[in-house]
Amino acid sequence: MTASDFILIAPELVLILGGLALLLVAAFAGDKVSGVVNALAALVFAGAIVALTITAQPGAWAFSGTVRIDSFSTYAKYLIFAAGIVILALAPRFYEREGYRSEYPVLILFASLGMAIMVSASDLMTLYIGLELQSLSAYVLASFTRTDSRSSEAGLKYFVLGALASGMLLYGISLLYGFTGTTSFDGIANAFGPEPGLGLLFGLVFVVSGLAFKISAVPFHMWTPDVYEGAPTPVTAFFASAPKVAAVALLTRLCVEALPFGAPAWQQIIAFMAIASMLLGAVGAIGQRNIKRLLAYSSIANVGFILIGLAAAGNEGAREGAVTSVLFYLTVYLVMTLGSFLAVLQLRTADGRMVEDMAGLSGLWKTRPGLATAIAIFMFSLAGIPPLFGFWPKLLVFQAAVDANMLPLAVIGAIASVIGAFYYLRIIKVMWFDAPAEEAFPIEGGAMERGLIAVAAAYVSVLGFALIGPLTAASTTAAASIL
Amino acid sequence: MNQLGFPILSLMIVLPVVAAVVCLYISANAARWTALLTTLVNFGLGCLLWATFEIGGPQWQFTERVQVLGWFHWALGIDGMALMLIMLSVFLMPICIGASWRSITDRVGLYMACFLVMLALMIGVFAAQDLILFYIFFEAGLIPMYLIIGIWGGANRIYASYKFFLYTLLGSLLMLVAMIWMIGTTNTADIPTLMQTDFPVQAQTWLWLAFFASFAVKMPMWPVHTWLPDAHVQAPTAGSVILAGVLLKMGGYGFLRFSLPMFPDASAQLMWLVFGLSMIAVVYTSLVALVQSDMKKLIAYSSVAHMAIVTAGLFAFNQQGIEGALIVMLSHGLVSGALFLCVGIIYDRLHTREIARYGGLSNNMPAFALLFLLFTMASIGLPGTSGFVGELLSLIGVYRMSSWVALICGTGIILGAGYMLWLYWRIAFGEAAGDDTRAMPDLDKREWALLAPIAAVVLWMGVYPEPFLAPMRKDVTALVARLAPAAPEGDAQLAAGSPRVPAANSPAHGGESPQ
Repeated sequence: MTASDFILIAPELVLILGGLALLLVAAFAGDKVSGVVNALAALVFAGAIVALTITAQPGAWAFSGTVRIDSFSTYAKYLIFAAGIVILALAPRFYEREGYRSEYPVLILFASLGMAIMVSASDLMTLYIGLELQSLSAYVLASFTRTDSRSSEAGLKYFVLGALASGMLLYGISLLYGFTGTTSFDGIANAFGPEPGLGLLFGLVFVVSGLAFKISAVPFHMWTPDVYEGAPTPVTAFFASAPKVAAVALLTRLCVEALPFGAPAWQQIIAFMAIASMLLGAVGAIGQRNIKRLLAYSSIANVGFILIGLAAAGNEGAREGAVTSVLFYLTVYLVMTLGSFLAVLQLRTADGRMVEDMAGLSGLWKTRPGLATAIAIFMFSLAGIPPLFGFWPKLLVFQAAVDANMLPLAVIGAIASVIGAFYYLRIIKVMWFDAPAEEAFPIEGGAMERGLIAVAAAYVSVLGFALIGPLTAASTTAAASIL
Repeated sequence: MNQLGFPILSLMIVLPVVAAVVCLYISANAARWTALLTTLVNFGLGCLLWATFEIGGPQWQFTERVQVLGWFHWALGIDGMALMLIMLSVFLMPICIGASWRSITDRVGLYMACFLVMLALMIGVFAAQDLILFYIFFEAGLIPMYLIIGIWGGANRIYASYKFFLYTLLGSLLMLVAMIWMIGTTNTADIPTLMQTDFPVQAQTWLWLAFFASFAVKMPMWPVHTWLPDAHVQAPTAGSVILAGVLLKMGGYGFLRFSLPMFPDASAQLMWLVFGLSMIAVVYTSLVALVQSDMKKLIAYSSVAHMAIVTAGLFAFNQQGIEGALIVMLSHGLVSGALFLCVGIIYDRLHTREIARYGGLSNNMPAFALLFLLFTMASIGLPGTSGFVGELLSLIGVYRMSSWVALICGTGIILGAGYMLWLYWRIAFGEAAGDDTRAMPDLDKREWALLAPIAAVVLWMGVYPEPFLAPMRKDVTALVARLAPAAPEGDAQLAAGSPRVPAANSPAHGGESPQ
């Protein structure tokens, strides 16, 4: 352990120190200063981003090879920290009525710290520490509205099922360790060999399953709709964005770096999960009336599409393009998801009640034309209809699948897109074709939120193509660094 | 760059988009005028395009090429076929705006914006020279059309808008997968290059089928045509005009640009699939059209029948067939557009599309009856109108490939005469169905201005089609040459018979006399 190790993890250090300091502030000053704590937490994220930019490395090890700092982890951390800032920005207004608590931003900081560790993990132990730090913060966040029984239920459900997933993950880790004698990704890759034994395969299956829970891939998705519905909306926005990025990045790194010889095995598993997630996400959403549940299914379906890219990475030749497509998809998905949830948070009636029922959107074009346009852009983009930017990542994952000779995966993806388009269209139909509902959603304050919605909508609209070059270059560099 | 010195195609695409954004923020009347002016300017640019197009010059003209990323280029360029289809789009668009001048009163800005975006996308589809760029334009058209049908449509508009969107999307996504495969194999998305690429025959079949899934739905061919009557009936008048006039042509254009030149062997293999579906469509949808009681549905089914003649002509693999198909496409764009306008005009007065509610319109609306008659005749394919030129040529082409297909497709003209004349009889002749029908006023100036230009072009194309055929001739020849190695022998080969051996007692012709 040397000083250079600490320099490499400067962004994490900023988060740790900032988080601990703010925890003390929150403990001693109480909820009176929650607004200040929130702003400071955003500053900590900004500081972490600056630290990340300064200390970025094309590829370096820290702490005896347990932490990996490379373009891949840097790219994912940018996404996570940026999402963290947005999540902090939208929280205070939501909690205005019941009183915003100072612990909230601190928990977001710690969860993000866990994610930063996850994406840098190159050892099973680091992986587990990061994952648990993120999960424990998330359990608390899910049940953050203590007075709401739905929120408590969501927290409990998330905790029980999350603990089960952690158990599976740990069991898998112990098998991998037992059969390879090492916990480092490189060591596992070397010990795995072209013909792994049954124990190793068991370990692989359990580890992948445990991680699949975190990205809510089918068949480990059961918790998602309930938790998304029950958790406070800003927390749901958080769950749907940054942790997905972290967990997918972690899974990608694990598969590519630690299990390159297990590719035939995990490729099958991931291809199956991709198909199941896309189809179930598309079909499951059709009957939903609650917008948050619907977005939960939408995120399941989108994870399915991302997994197409990961499954394609199982083929040596197509690996770079496939990992690039995963990162690119994550980026656009993050913007679309955060934008959608920001928009949902705007559906607040004059007496401060949040509307989550889809019927509440009726005729939104009349009362809030700008918001209706933004939601329409997000929905068309999530559906992957060109010229909206959501089309491009879909194209990339399909391309990755075709390059990897997994044509059926691309075709099933195409069919799932059509099924999925149905429910995205329904939201647009309710907003644009139906007569206005009785409830209006007055615009009051929150200029920053509306600005964020506008920026997100502009990005996933056709304007996103303007930035396609730099984004592709960055994601390609990031992908190349883990191969 | 090109013969004009400025990127005219990009300008024609960007201008309506900019105007569309402006329309969203201004008052209803200002939006109407902005849209009209923009479409007229675009029509002017289109005329400039046609005037400066070098007939017999290089195949691809007005080309522009800017790299966006890797193989993805903003690549535009047109050949003669694309030129004529672009002309059709820019010609019909001001008429569509005019047709919606008074009938649309709700959210006018958005409506005009949707139409302007449609215009830009249609030009983009016909001008795109990059596979993915084409796909983006092709697919993006779903969004404005979904809104047009869903917001300003009739009573059952929601169902129709969903059906339109999802049907078309499924076909297109399969095409997208095929496109990705092609790009992966050849490492280029350049359409002119791909048109010269010989894909392995085995792959061609799959690729052809994937493209067919998209174009057959768009065209639409039997049995995936069922979205069209719903969409047509529910869409506002101008929406129907643009749907029938231009959107259906994207299917035909797709066959011409992709299926035929890129996969000639597969096209030859699966020719009978297309012929079979076309024959069924011609007869079946014509019969269905006969029994419709809704005017718009009747015209919608007649569109399916006409498009079946187009597909049969395209897959005849010869000059006449393809040129004929192109002319049918242009002619049908004008004629069915005009027929939908005619329906819209009387719908605005009586607010029903029930044929039984009309009658005797030639008494109180003589000018309308005259123009309606012209378009009815053009739809049937009467000599002197555009319909005749196209149908004759395409049937000749089909006959050279297969006499049976020509026979069955020919019945389409007879059946077409049946349903169109019967429609005309029920609307224009006989007794008015009620006092309200009798009191309907004749065409006003705006309606004259909408129909007269179409009538003029229909006659022009019918009497002297050369200006329309000339730009396309070289491209069609090139396409036929590309298809020639794969083209099967037709069954209607006229062979010169060998002269009979003269009988011993036959009288000699001049000269020698029997000994």
